[in-house]
Amino acid sequence: MNSLLSDELYSESITQEPTRKGFGEGLVDAGKKDESIVALSADLVESTQVEPFAKAFPDRFIEMGVAEQNMVTVASGMSAVGKRPFVTSYASFSPGRNWEQIRTTICLNDRPVTIVGCHSGVSVGPDGATHQMLEDIALMRSLPNMIVVAPCDSIEAKKATLELAKLAKPSYLRLTREKTAVITHQDTPFKIGKANVLREGSDLTIIACGPLVYEALKAAKYLESKDLKVEVINSHTIKPLDEKTIIKSAKKTKLIFTLEEAQVAGGLGGAIAELLSEHLPTQVIRLGIQNRFGQSGTLAELWAEYDLDAASIVRSINNVLKAK
Amino acid sequence: MIHTEQELELIANQIREDIIHMLVEAGSGHTAGPLGMADIFTALYFEVLRHKPQDTNWPERDRLVLSNGHINPVLYATMSKSGYFDHSELKTLRKFGTRLQGHPERLRLPGLETTSGPLGSGISQAAGMAYGLRMDSLKQPRVWCLTSDGEHQEGNTWEAIMFAGKNKLSNLTVVVDRNNIQIDGMTENVMPLEPFAMKYQAFNWHVIEINGHDFNDIISALNQSKAIFEKPTCIIAHTIPGKGVDYMEFDFRWHGIPPGIKDIHGDPPKEIQAKSALEKLRTINGKIRSEHE
Repeated sequence: MNSLLSDELYSESITQEPTRKGFGEGLVDAGKKDESIVALSADLVESTQVEPFAKAFPDRFIEMGVAEQNMVTVASGMSAVGKRPFVTSYASFSPGRNWEQIRTTICLNDRPVTIVGCHSGVSVGPDGATHQMLEDIALMRSLPNMIVVAPCDSIEAKKATLELAKLAKPSYLRLTREKTAVITHQDTPFKIGKANVLREGSDLTIIACGPLVYEALKAAKYLESKDLKVEVINSHTIKPLDEKTIIKSAKKTKLIFTLEEAQVAGGLGGAIAELLSEHLPTQVIRLGIQNRFGQSGTLAELWAEYDLDAASIVRSINNVLKAK
Repeated sequence: MIHTEQELELIANQIREDIIHMLVEAGSGHTAGPLGMADIFTALYFEVLRHKPQDTNWPERDRLVLSNGHINPVLYATMSKSGYFDHSELKTLRKFGTRLQGHPERLRLPGLETTSGPLGSGISQAAGMAYGLRMDSLKQPRVWCLTSDGEHQEGNTWEAIMFAGKNKLSNLTVVVDRNNIQIDGMTENVMPLEPFAMKYQAFNWHVIEINGHDFNDIISALNQSKAIFEKPTCIIAHTIPGKGVDYMEFDFRWHGIPPGIKDIHGDPPKEIQAKSALEKLRTINGKIRSEHE
C-alpha cells in the first residue's frame, strides 16, 4: 500500500523492537567503517545497547562510571584529537544532567560528538518519572550547532546512527526503551533534515516523531473510514526542521496536529508552532506531554493516560473538529 | 633551560604589564589570577611546551587547556609574546568583534585548544585529549591543563580526576593555581580544599608542590611530570594572586575587577591604580631601576 512503510504495517504480527536496538547495530556498522569512532558509557552498557560495539571494539570503548558530566566533556576532548565519540546514557542524565558541558565544550566548541539519550519518553514504563525524560528535545533544540534526531523505529534508528556518524557535527540521538512496531523497512529513505510524508491527506496533518508515528498512522487509518483524509509526516529530525515539507503540508490541509512523547513546550510541537506562526499562520494543536511529569505504568497505560495512543489522537482530533 | 632565569623574569614582567594595559583598556576582567600565573605561563610557553606559534594545527604539538578561562589575559599576553599574533591586538580584549573574547573561544582564535570559562570542565577535556592521543600509537604529544584551586569545588573536576587516575594518563599534567582566593573570599573560608595534595594522591595521581614564582622550581616540576609513568601528575603551584603589584598581592578584592574602576580601601585611588601597578611591575616592586623612572 505504501512503499515507504512495512508490508505488515497494520498487522498484529508486525515486528516489535526497541529503537535502542537499531542504534546498537548501527554503531557497530559505523565503527567498522570509521576507525575514529569511539563509544563512552556511564555504567549502562547493556541497556543503552552500546554493548555490541564494546564487544566488537574493546579498545575503542570507554567505561566512564556514573559520571555524565565528565563523560560528555571527555568526549569533547577526544574529538579535539581526532576521535568521533558517541556518548551513551539515559536521556534523564545525559543530556539531563550535563547540559552546560554539552553547551560549552561541544556546541560552542563545535565538536563532532553524538549524545545518545536512551529511555526517553514515558514509555520507559515502571521506572517512573525520574527516569522518563520529557524535556530533552527542548534542552537540545535550543543549542546552536546541535542536530536533534528522534527515530520512529529501530530500522530508522540504525540509519540515523550511520548518518550522524558521517557528520562532523554535535548531535543528539533520542532513543526509547520499550519494543515498538518496526514500521519502516530497509529501503525507506532516510536523510537528516528531510521529513517523510508517510501518508497523504487533505483534511489535516499529523506531524510526529519517535515511535508515536505509528499511533498517528493508526489514527489516520481509522479516520479514513470516517471520510477524513489525514496526512502523516514523520519529522524524525527536529533540528534542523524540514521547513519546506511542513509548510507545504500546512498550506494544503490548513490544520496541524503535532505528536511527541515529550513536553510540547520546546519540543517538536513548539518547533512547528514557531515555524508556522512566522511563515504561514496555521492552527497547530500540540499533542504530547502537557506540563506534567511521568509515572510508573506500562507503555499502553501511560500512552493512554497522556493521550498519546491512536484512540486518544482520534478523540483529540474529533474534539477539535467538533469545536470548529 | 633555553633562557636564563633573569630573562624569564623579564618576559613574565612584560606579560604582567601587558595584562594591566589590556584590563585598563577593556574596563572589566580579572586581575589577580592572571598576574599570579604569569611566571607559569612564561615557563610553559618559553621553555617547556612543544609548539609552533606559526603552525597552530601542527599535529605533534602539545595541547594546552586553560580550564579557568577567566584568567585569559595572561594566556593572550603570553601567546602574543611567543608569536601567535601581533602585540597590538591585545588592546582589543573584550571588545566587539575581537578574537580575544572575554572568555577564550576556540573557534575565534587559532592557537586556542578549547573554549572555557564555566569552571570545572578543563581537566575532563584535557583527560579526553590525553586518552585519545594515547590510543594512537604515534609519538604522544603531552597535554597540559591549567586550573584554579576554586574550581576544585566543582563536582565535574573530581569526576575527571577519578577518570585520569583510573586510566593512568601519564601524558597529562595538571597545574593548579593554588592562590587561595576566589570571588567571595579565601577558598578555605568559602569551601575548604585542604588537604589538597592528599586528595589528588588518594585518586592515584603523582603530586608535586612548588613555589609558582620560582622558575627553577616551575620548570623542574613541569619536566619531572614528563618522566612520571603510570600516573597523571598534578603540580600544585603556590602562587601569589596579584603578584608583582604590592597593593594587589594576596587580596581577593582584586580577583574579578580591573584597575581603575573602583576605589579599594587601603589601595591607591582608582585614577592612579594602573599607573602605580605598572610602576611596581617595571621596577619589580622597587628591586630594579626602570628606564621609565
